[in-house]
Amino acid sequence: MPRSFQRLRALIYKETVQILRDRRTLMLFFLLPLIELFLFAYAVSITVTHLPTAVVDQSLDSRSRDFINAMVNSGNFDVTVGLQNEDQVLQAIDAGQVKAGILIPPDFGRQVARGEGSVLILLDGSDSFSVESGYNAASSIAQRYSLNLTVESVQGGAAGVSTGLPIATVTHVMYNPDIKDLVFILPGLIALIMQIIIVTNSAMSIVREREAGTAEQLLATPARPMEVVLAKLIPGMGVAILDMAVILAIGIFWFRVPFQGDIALLALLSVIFIISGMGLGLVISAVAQTQRQAQQLTGLIQLLAMLLTGFIYPRATMPLWTRLIGDLIPLTFYVRIIRGIMTKGVGLTFVWTDTVTLAVYAAIVLVFAAAVSKKRLD
Amino acid sequence: MDDRIVISTRDMVKRFRTRRGRVTAVDHISVDVRRAETFGLIGPDGAGKTTSVRVILGLLRRDAGESRVLGYDSMHDVYAIREHSGYIAQQFALPGDMTVLENLRFFADLHGIPVNAQKKSIAELLRFAGLTEFASRPAGRLSGGMKKKLALACSLIHQPEVVMMDEPTLGVDPVSRREFWNLLGNLRIEKGTTIFVCTPYMDEAERCNQVGLIYQGRLIAVDTPAGIKRMVPGSLLEFTPSAFAPARERVAGLPGVLEIQTYGAMLHIFVDNAARRQAEIAAALQAAGIACSGMRAIEPRMEEAFISLISRQKAEENVKQDD
Repeated sequence: MPRSFQRLRALIYKETVQILRDRRTLMLFFLLPLIELFLFAYAVSITVTHLPTAVVDQSLDSRSRDFINAMVNSGNFDVTVGLQNEDQVLQAIDAGQVKAGILIPPDFGRQVARGEGSVLILLDGSDSFSVESGYNAASSIAQRYSLNLTVESVQGGAAGVSTGLPIATVTHVMYNPDIKDLVFILPGLIALIMQIIIVTNSAMSIVREREAGTAEQLLATPARPMEVVLAKLIPGMGVAILDMAVILAIGIFWFRVPFQGDIALLALLSVIFIISGMGLGLVISAVAQTQRQAQQLTGLIQLLAMLLTGFIYPRATMPLWTRLIGDLIPLTFYVRIIRGIMTKGVGLTFVWTDTVTLAVYAAIVLVFAAAVSKKRLD
Repeated sequence: MDDRIVISTRDMVKRFRTRRGRVTAVDHISVDVRRAETFGLIGPDGAGKTTSVRVILGLLRRDAGESRVLGYDSMHDVYAIREHSGYIAQQFALPGDMTVLENLRFFADLHGIPVNAQKKSIAELLRFAGLTEFASRPAGRLSGGMKKKLALACSLIHQPEVVMMDEPTLGVDPVSRREFWNLLGNLRIEKGTTIFVCTPYMDEAERCNQVGLIYQGRLIAVDTPAGIKRMVPGSLLEFTPSAFAPARERVAGLPGVLEIQTYGAMLHIFVDNAARRQAEIAAALQAAGIACSGMRAIEPRMEEAFISLISRQKAEENVKQDD
């Protein structure tokens, strides 16, 4: 056993040196995840401001102009065109000229004074993230604006006109009724990026060594195959944990995504996820003969992960067979765990099933990896 | 079993499954390598050299026959073999980010050498390989020749009784090759290490005590380099003809000519009697209007013997196929 320990220590030292001294590996481990995080987060879901907006003002009084000014001043809407009716707005949205339309009915000023003001906001639902931010902005402005109105009317001496929210904003989301947001996307995104790092690196580190010939050389020493594999997993795990911490910190402090739950619990369950991802990488390394094949396989898994794990598309609506394929990817279980803990702030009792499944998954892939890690080349 | 025999194989067979069916890469090879001997396995590319070494070391599954290193079975005592032997794979890739010293320590640890004993043996090996002043250089930044020396040093770190090397000087300049082989010579003399080496280089084969000639998975000759050269029939004439192709054609029909090989611009003619045939060939060529310069009888070298033995083997196989 002490000899096995000495070998393992030497192998771990080698792996660590290879990670730390090779600039390419370092970038792969630390820079790439950050680039992915920012690209994904901004491309996928940044709060959209300056939406090109069409305005139909059928009231043309001071209150309607005030409302439109408030909308523009918020920075969320840029009035690019003035139109006559709802149909024209719909056409403009269809043509892609505008992302939003503000329709103010006739008699707006009087309706507001009566506490019955209503505005129609039309949003281009084919772009769910524009919709989300447009919706949020429009309703908060309407709310703020109406409160101002209320205060104003009180100060104007016409007390008791309205105490509630005199303007009801009717927002119609076209084309895409379920709206996603960074708060929802980011935990899943962190999970997805972590899976990319873990699976790619564990698969590539083995296949690369096999291609270079180092694997054969190591095989001819007394080092046991399991020691070689373990020595790759341990530093890889350290790096993954570090990556996770950095990405999570960026998510919380840069993207301001609130962390509702127990961070220690998430850390613990993330370790299980990391192990299962590494196991999946080992399985890939057993199947792939070359680095190119390994890359293609990990690419395929990432694609499936985006589509089938519930990262973007809800699994509830999927047919059974696609859900079963999704079950082969650890992200499926982890995405629910990280969303549960981070966004909803739930405890272990709520993510219990996924945790157990993930642990079983990790055990299965590791046993498989051990079975295929051979003491021979063939 | 004779305990002076360090490596032995009996009818060792290795087959690969390919798309075109089963290919026998190693076909009933039987070899004995004695202690402190340097055995050279020579043969063209794809003959089965690498596969043979891998099977003997237990890196590949053996399909039939026997193979042992230091009495340990290649299939069942893999780790005993790996503990007592050194190996330089053809594609020897050392972790290039680690320094020379770190590489040596790495292999020392893998072989379970106690840390306090490592210092002395590493210093010794660095001196032996002439790498002392490069100890802190990353292995990836060594020259090709130095990489091979480091590979040798790493494979010797546990003082193995036997070292197996698969084309260890591939892609190395002639000076470094010579230095490498001088190291192997010292190793054999100082430590009595048994060396098994695959090589495509005939000058390296000359430096071995025993040479095995492998062709299409079969061992077609095993002998000392001198013995191999004696297997070639007759003696050898060398000359440079003024017109190459016609000269070759003309000589082929002459009596007493056993085999013709080309050697650059020269022709190498195996004849039954050098003294008698030299004049006959010169006369015949002169009659055909072909001048030949520098005609002389030479000792066949490994290269000629190697080509001769292989072309004879090919001829025999063609006859067999015709039957």
